[in-house]
Amino acid sequence: MMCPKCGAPMHTYNRNGVQIEQCANCRGIFLDYGELEALTRMEAQWTQSAPPPPPPAGQAYPSGPAWGAPHHGSHGHYGHHGRHGGFGRMLFSS
Amino acid sequence: MSDQQAADPALPRALARLVGATDGEVLAERADGTVVRVGDRVAKAHDPDAEAGALAVRLGVAAAEPYAGVLLAPLRRGGPVELPGGRSASVWPYGSPVDPDDPGAAPWEAAGSLLARLHAVPLPAPGRLPGPLPPMRGPAKAARAVARMRSAPGGTLAAAARTVERAWASLPAWCRGEEPPPRATTVCHGDFHLGQLVRHPAGTGDWHLIDVDDLGLGDPAWDLARPACWYATGLLASGEWERFLGAYVRTVRAAGFRGGLAQADPWPRLDAPARALTVQSAALGVAKAGAAGRVPDEAEEACVAACARMAAGAGQAELPAHQGP
Repeated sequence: MMCPKCGAPMHTYNRNGVQIEQCANCRGIFLDYGELEALTRMEAQWTQSAPPPPPPAGQAYPSGPAWGAPHHGSHGHYGHHGRHGGFGRMLFSS
Repeated sequence: MSDQQAADPALPRALARLVGATDGEVLAERADGTVVRVGDRVAKAHDPDAEAGALAVRLGVAAAEPYAGVLLAPLRRGGPVELPGGRSASVWPYGSPVDPDDPGAAPWEAAGSLLARLHAVPLPAPGRLPGPLPPMRGPAKAARAVARMRSAPGGTLAAAARTVERAWASLPAWCRGEEPPPRATTVCHGDFHLGQLVRHPAGTGDWHLIDVDDLGLGDPAWDLARPACWYATGLLASGEWERFLGAYVRTVRAAGFRGGLAQADPWPRLDAPARALTVQSAALGVAKAGAAGRVPDEAEEACVAACARMAAGAGQAELPAHQGP
């Protein structure tokens, strides 16, 4: 997603199971519905000296489907396979 | 549906005559549409299978005031014109397209924002259109692509075709065009890709969506699903995908929509339509490669590979489909 304040891309970080989007530019943070409550719950757990839950396996934004290509680099195929290949053509056809 | 049948040489001349010329520049010549440019105007012959009444409603939407600045409006109002021989045609202003040799320069933000505006505008009142708005034709086109693959020579591509069939079988019935979508209350473009964007006025004007032939009521996720397919199959970089999706989400949220496609993770909504469009691209790729006696190109191969992964994971639970942007 893009930052609603400055328009730069936001990156998702997993903090103890809560997904936090942070803007790469202005460092602003976006919380989805329920995430603030989740953080508050965690804070309460912390003050009760309960150990925080272990962080789950990291998930980088943007997410994608399980059937997607295993690699999601910063460049699409049309970037490094030439502009006249099948990749470029497919972007322009039904 | 390109390269399927021989072009009719009389058609470009008939289209040029429609805009007052004897000859024009052929911009597109496919079985399902021929477009001829004369100066700042273009004439389009629609799919011979297009139903004139439904096309009149779709042209009515493009001409309707709430869609100004979103959909390019036809120059001739009042529905399609019948060409000699019976094909329906329409006349449009010329707009300059995205450079096909430079997809990196594609206007991803404009694309996301235009689709969001299309989805967010309330439907024109019934009396403002010449009839009820038909369903968006995306799922029907996916089914047509699979049918085309089935009728193409298989040969060495039989294994690829079987993979595509397995992925197709794993899709929900509405994505195969066999049932109406769960709820279809949103105007959708139905066939979005980079060839559906033009600047009008040409060169410097704002981007507009063109080609309303598949437009209709449907699940708006379908319009995001082709870029989602490109991203999932590795054709599109994550940066471009984020620009497109980010602009869409910002625009629908600004219009007051929450949840669904406007939430932080749109994949629960996108998954089934993105699968369907991946199967469609794979099926067309296999059909075209089979007909031409060549091997599938890299992009077609990437779609078939995605179909194989879908078929392998088909035992997993399907994600529910919701409505609204």
